Amino acid sequence: MAVMLQVEDLAAYYGPTKVLHGISFTLEEGGITTILGANGAGKTTTLRAVCGMVRATGKVTLAGEAISGLTTESVARRGVAHVPEGRGTFTRLSTEENLRLGAISRRDHDAVEADLERMYNYFPVLRERRLQQAGTLSGGEQQMLAIARALMLRPRLMLLDEPSFGLAPLIVREMFRILRRINEEERVSMLLVEQNAALALDLADTAYLLETGRVAMSGPAKEIVADEQVRRSYLGY
Amino acid sequence: MELFLHQIFSGLATGAIYAAVALAVVMIFLAIDHFNFAQGEMAMFSTFICWALIDAGLPYWVAFVLTIGISFAGGIAIERILFRPLHAAPVLSHIIAFLGLFFILNNGAGWIWDFTIKPMASPFPEGSISGLIGYHEIGMIGIVLIMLALLYLFFRYTSVGLAMRAAAQNPESAKLCGISVGWMIALGWGMASAIGAVGGILIAPVVFLEPNMMLGILLYGFAAAIVGGITNPAGAVAGGFMVGVLENLVGTYIPFVGSELKLTVALVLIISVLMVKPSGLFGRTTVTRV
Ligand SMILES: Nc1ncnc2c1ncn2[C@@H]1O[C@H](COP(=O)(O)OP(=O)(O)OP(=O)(O)O)[C@@H](O)[C@H]1O
Ligand SMILES: [Mg+2]
Repeated sequence: MAVMLQVEDLAAYYGPTKVLHGISFTLEEGGITTILGANGAGKTTTLRAVCGMVRATGKVTLAGEAISGLTTESVARRGVAHVPEGRGTFTRLSTEENLRLGAISRRDHDAVEADLERMYNYFPVLRERRLQQAGTLSGGEQQMLAIARALMLRPRLMLLDEPSFGLAPLIVREMFRILRRINEEERVSMLLVEQNAALALDLADTAYLLETGRVAMSGPAKEIVADEQVRRSYLGY
Repeated sequence: MELFLHQIFSGLATGAIYAAVALAVVMIFLAIDHFNFAQGEMAMFSTFICWALIDAGLPYWVAFVLTIGISFAGGIAIERILFRPLHAAPVLSHIIAFLGLFFILNNGAGWIWDFTIKPMASPFPEGSISGLIGYHEIGMIGIVLIMLALLYLFFRYTSVGLAMRAAAQNPESAKLCGISVGWMIALGWGMASAIGAVGGILIAPVVFLEPNMMLGILLYGFAAAIVGGITNPAGAVAGGFMVGVLENLVGTYIPFVGSELKLTVALVLIISVLMVKPSGLFGRTTVTRV
């Protein structure tokens, strides 16, 4: 099976402070890998390092092409959609303009219109809020908007930073159902960071456990779920 | 009554000048999130280029369009060469760069074209409508409104316009969408420079062309932009007309103000509006939920 994302010896810095100390992981094409870990472990930083948003060293390869050192916008144009921590809403623009921005680097305009319709079918509440200023959407609605905006890129790879954050349990289940469907039907590979370890391990095929900027443990998601001791000491359930 | 009407119309005429400058001020503010203190000098320099092209024998409108093109490219070049390398530098460095640009353009224009006053042609016929407002002023108001309409269409209906708004609002998210934020800023500079050029070319027949022609006007342009709401092009234009009319009325009807204190009026106006409504009269306060 082909590899979608290969990360080797990735280190990242905020100013002089090193927060990632050389982590490596692999994401199969069409696969879902989850990164778990306590607050401050470096999960968000890992995703930011992959798309050139923090100073980093190491090697990142996307489907065979080295992307380390590229600007954030060039990584995005190569089909990497990042749903950032904090949602990244364009608050003064309308919901629909937010969605169109997700597809702004695409040239297949007819397909963009069709995708817009598809997003409204995935998330009907966004259709109702179509012309509303996005900053006035509820937290959960903005989270849906962030995911829909990322999907508008027609990504090969999605980086999801706590997509369940601030969502009601029922909506979380619906959202994970949609993510699984997108993964299966459109073969979008996903790198998922989650607080909700149970849900993430259920969706992912591979898991990595981060501890203060290092990989503490990794393996198939099923095995990690089955290992009661790991569950207790790292995942707290 | 006759005097009152006359003051209103002549206020609208000067207001059109301020509106044109304010539009450029807002444009650059949308792109870089602060003022460009050299904006007036850029407009003045563009006007000299237009004058030189006409002087060299080109028809007025050819020179006009050519100048807009040159100013657009020049604005982009200034951003790429001067401000791009400074983008992570502290605000103070930017202010120094603005001052440097100010003096380079001001002295440069004086050096190339000297400091004597040049007459600038108007594309509109001479004369006026019953002595109230001249054809040049009407043409100026018309062109400012056309620029405003074009800007509106550009930002509202084109994807480059949408990308520019996104880049200004949330640069980080814009990059994640694949938008080259740096180029959007450069484009903002180019557009502001082009708008300023149109303003300068239209103002010059009224105030005469010389290197210092924009000094007072830029201040009024800032006032208009702030009064109207610094992020709102339509507000800036409305603010321009308001400042123009108000300045005239106050100068005429409040005896101790006269023409000497008119500039003070502009400053008082800025401060009062900011105190009552910090986002400007037509500025939008964003409702945000977190
Ligand atoms: N902008 C920043 N400047 C300095 N240090 C930072 C910055 N952002 C994060 N850090 C530090 O880097 C480390 C890793 O942070 P990161 O945001 O990657 O954690 P995380 O695993 O995503 O945590 P959480 O689960 O709380 O989101 C933390 O120690 C944090 O304090
Ligand atoms: Mg995080």
